[in-house]
Amino acid sequence: MSLFAFLGTLEIGLIYGLVALGVYLTFRILDFPDLTVDGSFPMGGAVAATAIVAGINPWLATILATLAGSCCGLITAFLAVRCGILHLLASILTMIAAFSINIRIMGRPNMALLGEPTIFTPFESLGFNQLHVHLGIVFLLVLLSAVFIIRLLSSDFGLGLRATGVNDRMVAAQGGNIGFYTYFGLALSNGFVGFAGALFAQSNSFADVTSGVGTIVVGLAAVILGQTLLSSSKIWVSVVAVIVGSILYRLAVAFALSSGMFGMQASDLNLITAVLVAIALVIPKMKAKLRVKSLRF
Amino acid sequence: MKGLKGITLFCVVMLLLMSAANTFAQTYKVAVSQIVEHPALDATRQGLLDGLKAKGFEDGKNLEFTYQTAQGNPAIAVQIAKQFVGEKPDVLVGIATPTAQALAASTRTIPVIFTAVTDPLSAKLVKNLTHPEGNVTGLSDLSPVAQHFDLMQELVPDLKVIGVVYNPGEANAVSQIELLKKSAKAKNIQIVEATALKSSDVQGAARIIASKVQVMYALVDNTIATAIDALVGVANQAKIPVVGGSTSFVASGAVAALGFDYYQVGVQTADYVEAVLQGKKISEIPVSFAKGSDLFLNLKAAEALGISLPDAMVKRATNLKK
Repeated sequence: MSLFAFLGTLEIGLIYGLVALGVYLTFRILDFPDLTVDGSFPMGGAVAATAIVAGINPWLATILATLAGSCCGLITAFLAVRCGILHLLASILTMIAAFSINIRIMGRPNMALLGEPTIFTPFESLGFNQLHVHLGIVFLLVLLSAVFIIRLLSSDFGLGLRATGVNDRMVAAQGGNIGFYTYFGLALSNGFVGFAGALFAQSNSFADVTSGVGTIVVGLAAVILGQTLLSSSKIWVSVVAVIVGSILYRLAVAFALSSGMFGMQASDLNLITAVLVAIALVIPKMKAKLRVKSLRF
Repeated sequence: MKGLKGITLFCVVMLLLMSAANTFAQTYKVAVSQIVEHPALDATRQGLLDGLKAKGFEDGKNLEFTYQTAQGNPAIAVQIAKQFVGEKPDVLVGIATPTAQALAASTRTIPVIFTAVTDPLSAKLVKNLTHPEGNVTGLSDLSPVAQHFDLMQELVPDLKVIGVVYNPGEANAVSQIELLKKSAKAKNIQIVEATALKSSDVQGAARIIASKVQVMYALVDNTIATAIDALVGVANQAKIPVVGGSTSFVASGAVAALGFDYYQVGVQTADYVEAVLQGKKISEIPVSFAKGSDLFLNLKAAEALGISLPDAMVKRATNLKK
């Protein structure tokens, strides 16, 4: 793999690390299987692209995109908490609705940002290498997001949020508002995903409604991959782990892309990616088993 | 800082070595990124490969032809773009809109040739069709929608209602629908739309509108191209003809199709790649529209539906399926 491809992979891995953070919040912390992300990711891109083309400041456009993602989460929470729809179905409803809304937002299925100002352009115009600028800014933003999540989950409020996922009856008995925690958690989670969508669109100069397909799969793979490799009950380790998991997933895709020399053809990509991720998941377990065996003898 | 210097030095040495190897062997590297695999886009790629061979660039001899497909996922398209740019090929080729955009966003220096992109202006691949200002130029496959309209009127003389199934998520399809509506408005003909987000939705969408329309128009849409058999099947049950924008649809049972042979689009793309390999500047290579619309007719399908094709149309046809 070339340095350029490696840095590019790192950047996409970090952007999807934000998606993984969102998925970690819903699946792991809130215990709420949320598929809304397939809709909130392209929505972030759509809102950011539309706002930027309309002449709005790229940073403001990114904030709007984050809020749009949060709105998706709030709708899912409303359907689940208020209307009593099963959480999985509630999120599917928001996800499919978001597809139509995204086309409405952009007025078409694909919106290009080539040549438009983005959050990266002021730094690019200073003469830095484009890829370094993108990677640097994305890294800083992901770092800030991770610190924010760690601080939040470590607070008293975060304790309530975590408890909601573990034992919601206990939270209710202690006078906590489960509904509020669900609304907040889903809004925060999808806000991160919308933020990721906005970064993806600006970094790659296009927003496309089809870019949401399989976001949940990538996010889940990242969470499970990261937590299997770096398992710990410490919050900060878990948060770092899901971001690392996202980068590893992208590295797996990158290796699958360069596997042409083994007689693989282009359409084998998904299979190779799946096999690589499966291997990454199995190895730690095998190691643990071997350790147990060697202890026994 | 020392490490950074080492890396830079290493890169420079590698680059020098690579460029030295290039001048000795004169092997050209062409990297092709395709959004999804289906017959029309695959034909474009094959046409490109064969077109380059005809020009003396043969894969395995003096040409290194790498190819990846994003399997329909724009995030993968972006990763492919990064991978390709890192390999520093002589030319990058993007087949269809999102792949071309991903390539264009990843490099400002390596020439990018797009093909099978319907509207390069709204995709912002170029700002100026005659003098592309950046490192991007290519071939548009804008479908001759107005001609399709005339063809449908010729086939169904008292045409009042046209049915269209398309994917609203595809930029290419939406551009065509807009053109179709413009033609329809001018001629006071009604367009009945049904949308299908996935190829598995095409059959259901077609069923909903089949009984209300006189002809089914299959525009050039990746989703429809994948499920053309389902669309034709529904139209046959409803006893209405299918008129298509891609000639490959005729083999699946469409009565008539007027469009490019995507293999030829690929061959025409080879001209662009050749020009770049010969050192021509991108700004001197204007964007062009794919040439050569062929009329394919399916006599068997027409007979089964009890439609008699006008003689003039049969004479014009470049290919008759009996």
